[in-house]
Amino acid sequence: MDRRDFLRLSALVPFAGMAGLARAAASPAARPLLVLVELKGGNDGLNTVVPYADPRYARLRPRLGIPREQVVALTEREGLHPALAPLRATWDAKELAIVRGVGYPDPNLSHFRSIEIWDTASASDQYLDEGWLARAFERSPCPESFAADGVVVGGGGMGPLAGRKTRALALANPEQFVRNARLAHPEAVRTQNASLAHILRVENDIALSAERLRGTHPASGDFPPGPFGKAVETAAQLAAHPAGVAVVRLSLGSFDTHANQQGVHANLLGELAQGLVALRAALVAADRWSGTVIATYGEFGRRPRENDSGGTDHGTASAHFVLGGAVKGGLHGAQPALDRLDGNGNLPHAVDFRAYYATFLDRWWGIDSRSVLGGRFAALDLLRDA
Amino acid sequence: MRIPFAVLAACLSLAAQAEAIGYQGARHLLDRAGFGATDREVREYAALGRVEAVDRLLAGARSEAATPAPSFVAEPVVPARELRALAPEERKAVQQRFVQEGLELRAWWLEEMLSTSSPLTERMTLFWHNHFATSQRKVRQPQLLYRQNVLLRREALGNFATLLHEVAKDPAMLVYLDNARSRREAPNENFAREVMELFTLGVGHYGERDVKEAARAFTGWSVDPRTGDYRYRPAFHDAGEKEVLGRRGTLDGDQVLDILLARPETARFIAAKMWREFVSPTPDPAEVERWAAVFRAAHYEVKPLLRAIFLSDAFWSAGNRAALVKSPVDVVVGTLHMLDVRPNDLRPAAVACAFLGQNLFAPPNVKGWPGGDAWIDSATLLGRRQFVERVLGDVKAMGIASSLEGRDIDRLVLASAAVDPPPPGVEGAARLHALVSDPAYQLK
Repeated sequence: MDRRDFLRLSALVPFAGMAGLARAAASPAARPLLVLVELKGGNDGLNTVVPYADPRYARLRPRLGIPREQVVALTEREGLHPALAPLRATWDAKELAIVRGVGYPDPNLSHFRSIEIWDTASASDQYLDEGWLARAFERSPCPESFAADGVVVGGGGMGPLAGRKTRALALANPEQFVRNARLAHPEAVRTQNASLAHILRVENDIALSAERLRGTHPASGDFPPGPFGKAVETAAQLAAHPAGVAVVRLSLGSFDTHANQQGVHANLLGELAQGLVALRAALVAADRWSGTVIATYGEFGRRPRENDSGGTDHGTASAHFVLGGAVKGGLHGAQPALDRLDGNGNLPHAVDFRAYYATFLDRWWGIDSRSVLGGRFAALDLLRDA
Repeated sequence: MRIPFAVLAACLSLAAQAEAIGYQGARHLLDRAGFGATDREVREYAALGRVEAVDRLLAGARSEAATPAPSFVAEPVVPARELRALAPEERKAVQQRFVQEGLELRAWWLEEMLSTSSPLTERMTLFWHNHFATSQRKVRQPQLLYRQNVLLRREALGNFATLLHEVAKDPAMLVYLDNARSRREAPNENFAREVMELFTLGVGHYGERDVKEAARAFTGWSVDPRTGDYRYRPAFHDAGEKEVLGRRGTLDGDQVLDILLARPETARFIAAKMWREFVSPTPDPAEVERWAAVFRAAHYEVKPLLRAIFLSDAFWSAGNRAALVKSPVDVVVGTLHMLDVRPNDLRPAAVACAFLGQNLFAPPNVKGWPGGDAWIDSATLLGRRQFVERVLGDVKAMGIASSLEGRDIDRLVLASAAVDPPPPGVEGAARLHALVSDPAYQLK
């Protein structure tokens, strides 16, 4: 093999120039926006929404427990991790709902199986191959004019949007996406080759979506540094874009804190809070705050009893945040039942995650959740009446 | 006289084995067993029969890299305690050095993939890296990742049972899955769970109680922070009675691994994963079972399993050609290899792999890269196009494409017919550009 000199092969530099967001763009009325934030790896719900007045908490968390005086108290019994203090203003504005104890029966403690259960909205022993949002949009399609059904920002797979018919995009920033879309090869060919069929579908989605996402406007907003801050900025741009998308999925993590949890967890929650606050400010400025609901989710919480490595092992139910201009602030679900741990030392769930989803399906979008979730799960009372 | 069907089938199969594999067959084998191939390499293999070709590949296996390791691997590790004691700026400087050295490490591996005499060895080293996924994002110290990579290569075509036992005591893994800190008072379950779910049995073949009991057995397998070497800490170990998958005793970690290796699910799990690596996205259970039997009978020697795979009709079947989506490493290394382009500095190529979704030494989590269709979404497909455009731009500037002119490049560049074939008049660099931009270029 003859060796050839090869000097450059410059690094790909994809992230030149971040686009801003369109201010006060005409809001797509037909289907309001849901921004999902996946807390990857299993967030420690107990140190996120802290039951600081429960003496069992201090006993289970001799080293990792958040000292009472550091908790951002919301009630006389519960409060937020200090790194979540930026969310206090949203709480005070009654635009932050905290749903405690979200989980499901017969919990699976594998990251991968459990997030699959969440992504497909299946029962613990049921295997479904499409994401719950993909199923919802098959039954009740998004407006034809939308740029896409959903956009995944910052990678991590299509998750709840995975499906053969969903128009789901992955992108880092809309302007750059539109610029590069000239490299796609939309083709009307049919093929028996499943891998090729997937590639062709992506080619076609790129071409169509790029056409509709043209014309993003530079604009304002302060976003925190780091990849999550960038992803939040992209979410704000997409929310403000007149073309419309139904879902934006962001992710943050890893929250898989088996060891040395304290610093890592505080940093992640800080990133989360700052990102959510920046997103709120940008959506308010773009007049999209009342047309957007932001909700966190993730495969499970963590074991109430800390382990001996300064961390926590895989758990079950966890707390999640829902915020937006149309959200009814307050505590929902139930305080963690630290006196009723299961055989593995894990929490019972208070709210089925499918009831959490039903809230967005039935109440936010008016899509009959029963056909999507394969059963009746009563929506939670998290949203103000329109 | 009626010839029994089995005999007939065996004769046909033997005939297929003896027949020359041809240009397309050689391209298929080299593409899947390695990372792309040059026209000359394909021609060399085209005249061989299946057995001859496969045995040549297997005989060429290496157990060490030929590319000299980056110099930092000889440096001592930085003990966590020392790192914590540093002033914030100094600590930041050390961490930035780790990142730079990590990039050197990635470039070193890509260089080995491009220049090795045995691409199959690197293919399998990468397979095991994805199987025993370990990330620098948590481990930090690049030396530990290097040492693990040396181990993965040593057993790449060696013995899976040996590899499992050694990976379980490998310092990068002990740090990544937290076993280094697991103590008998409150064992850390991370490694115990993943070793069953992802490294041996697969989900559904063990219970929560097995995880807890196995976690007790693995306590004490730790790391010496001063040297970064494996160290057994008897004070951490739970020497009590345990029960894992129905076997009782004062089990230690090695005994638990042997219990896992004795289960039939383990060989099945690896064989099915190999199917998805080498054949198609949808394993055939009967054939996987046959391979698993070969693997078990060979006491987990990897070569007999690979030989069974590469000689199987499934591997060669027309329906399974171009059935796999190329990984980012396939695209990056394969494109450079096919064009016989050898960059002096492969760090940009390592960054490109990461941008396309496969940051070596930093898989997304312990399950590794999901692969298959998940490699391709709107962001990564456009990124792949950007990458090949960049390479072709540089290739054109260097006048390299001219060596391919006048040859039948379609059959070299694509594993199947082009979706949008360039018309006959389009030749040379323009044809190459059209072919690497075709959707079919993403397949192997």
